Amino acid sequence: MNIEQLDFYTQAILSMAALIGLTSFLMLGQGRLLRLIFLFALQGFLLTLTTALAAYSLNNHHLYISAVLTLVLKVIFIPWMLRRQVLQMNMHRDIEALKNNTVVMLGGASLMIFSYYVLHPIVQSSSVVMLNALVVSLSVMLLGMLLMISHRQAISHVVGFMSIENGLFFAAIVATNGMPMVVELGVAFDVLVAAVLFGIFFLHIRTSIDSLDVDLLNKLHEVDK
Amino acid sequence: MIAAYLVLLIPLVGIVFFALAGHREDTGKLNVRFNGVCLLATIWLAVNVLNQGTIISSGKAFLIDPFNVYLIVLTAFVGFTTSIFSSPYMAHEKELGKLSDGRLKLYHSMYQGFMLAMYLVLTTNNMGIMWVAMEGATLATVLLVSLYRTPESIEAAWKYFILCGVGIAQALFGTILLYYAAVQIGDGDNALLWSVLYENAAKLNPEIVEIAFVFLLIGYGTKIGLVPLHNWLPDAHSEGPTPMSAVLSGLLLNDALYAVVRNKMLVDGATHSSMAGYLMMGFGLLSFLVAAVLLHRQKDIKRLFSYSSIEHMGLMTFSFGIGGPLATFAALLHMTVHSLTKSAIFVTVGHAAQLAGTQRMEQIRGLIKTQPKIGWGLLIGTISIAGFPPFGVFTSEFLVLLATMHSYPWLTPLLLLGIGIAFAGLFRHIQPMVYGDKPENQQPITANLWPVTIHLALVLWLGLAIPGFLAHWFSQATLLISGSTPL
Repeated sequence: MNIEQLDFYTQAILSMAALIGLTSFLMLGQGRLLRLIFLFALQGFLLTLTTALAAYSLNNHHLYISAVLTLVLKVIFIPWMLRRQVLQMNMHRDIEALKNNTVVMLGGASLMIFSYYVLHPIVQSSSVVMLNALVVSLSVMLLGMLLMISHRQAISHVVGFMSIENGLFFAAIVATNGMPMVVELGVAFDVLVAAVLFGIFFLHIRTSIDSLDVDLLNKLHEVDK
Repeated sequence: MIAAYLVLLIPLVGIVFFALAGHREDTGKLNVRFNGVCLLATIWLAVNVLNQGTIISSGKAFLIDPFNVYLIVLTAFVGFTTSIFSSPYMAHEKELGKLSDGRLKLYHSMYQGFMLAMYLVLTTNNMGIMWVAMEGATLATVLLVSLYRTPESIEAAWKYFILCGVGIAQALFGTILLYYAAVQIGDGDNALLWSVLYENAAKLNPEIVEIAFVFLLIGYGTKIGLVPLHNWLPDAHSEGPTPMSAVLSGLLLNDALYAVVRNKMLVDGATHSSMAGYLMMGFGLLSFLVAAVLLHRQKDIKRLFSYSSIEHMGLMTFSFGIGGPLATFAALLHMTVHSLTKSAIFVTVGHAAQLAGTQRMEQIRGLIKTQPKIGWGLLIGTISIAGFPPFGVFTSEFLVLLATMHSYPWLTPLLLLGIGIAFAGLFRHIQPMVYGDKPENQQPITANLWPVTIHLALVLWLGLAIPGFLAHWFSQATLLISGSTPL
């Protein structure tokens, strides 16, 4: 199938998927916390655009509400909170030395291929476009996990965590035109509470180990020494 | 149906009440009352279901059938008895200066929050809301794990938060895929309702549903504590206050398993293959064996019993995976007896740790000589959880073995091996703690062991003779899950 034959909406969704996937890769290689947070906000903004676009093209009003929720939570509130933490901790000048950056990037690319492999069976029952969109959302989730593994700052972990949620929302919008309203509100509530709890946790971790480097959280072991 | 709304409303009022009222002398007792009233409401609900069969609320938002109603009563019961234990225990912790009024306020409010999330997981008919409530349970308990604010407890809570959060995100992806399969066959608004999905299960696209189940199992499996996703569990259970360990081990794990089984029922209907069952058997058996071995290497008493929880959850997952009526019946019984026994054990362990002033097992000695009630409580609890007759755990493990011999005879030696290793692992640690001389200046403490006595008596009763109405109930639930009944 040629991409020019698709309607405008489908083409737009495909480009959005590509851009959202790209932001995930950019985050993966980013060692500066403020830029990482900016990229996260950008991803949230792309997600908002996708949601609004879906709401407009499908004439689905409840998607406007979830677009507003995404905008407020993922583009404004969470990045603002994280940015404030970074500035308070005076960490904005530090560059986190990422070990094996090349390997991590290659790992990210393989995760994307792996996502295609996992989701390939669904192509029999739906379009190639749907496959691409679902693959991007799955790989955004997996890349979020990889981000958490390869970075050591608690702030990067929160960004990874929230970017996993972005991937989920993208899947929900593209594949199913959003979840039922009550579920979507519930998920948004959970994300909000999680964000607030993360803020509380930064405070606790800071007072306990005087840093936000999670490598220092190493007192508990599977087998006691 | 009013009973179901009451069950949800009472803890909701509890959250707000404890958050606003602040901590007072009688807050612990009020918490007991909230849970007591809720227990009565759940019994009322259970009687309704017993008389009328499955109830679906008018908007189809809630579904109460024989499978979940017994878990609801169990949840309320364990929540109630644990709150009886919690009241003097937390007062003692406050006397020791470990906790302030503000933290106790948080504790009681979130205790109710956790109960609300548990009831919502069990009663809801909507798979999306089930996910939201499951995540809500994590959010409610994460600050309780770090209640003491020691570096270890903060590390444990952070691990719990991140691992469970990421894990359960997989379950949301699974739910979205399930929804995607469901909207292809019809109406979007009701497509996530379990009752609707179950009716149309045969029409769902099997490929999508299979992929969805993998994600759902990984997601909710993180909460069950299946190996290799179990890392958070011993930390969270050992670092938080003991009443939390009791409800986490006794209730949260069960409810996560409940979510998996609900999804498995849909997948089985859609695929007509045993793929879901095989996955559960594999993960279950692996968790069972790994946790049994790790029991030997523990130094902290609460971590020891956390690994024992992983072991038993593995066995239940395995048993649900086998899937026949006998195995399902065994798994349902095992859920009940494990949850009663394990919460009783954590209550005793809490007292033992207060008595010795530490959770390190090498420093807990001579419990029977210091305070016979606590020593014997711990010993009998351990005998029960290790699967000795005549306790209920023996009955259910025996049934699991029978079902395994019937369907997969070559797996029986592995199960027996695991049970043996776990038995040795528990007793090598417990024996020196309960017997032997007491250390100097170890004094008895005020302990309320009623919850332990009641729980263990119930487990004993279930081991000797399962009462008629309960057996009927279990076989109704078995009929629902596996399609036929063992009795």
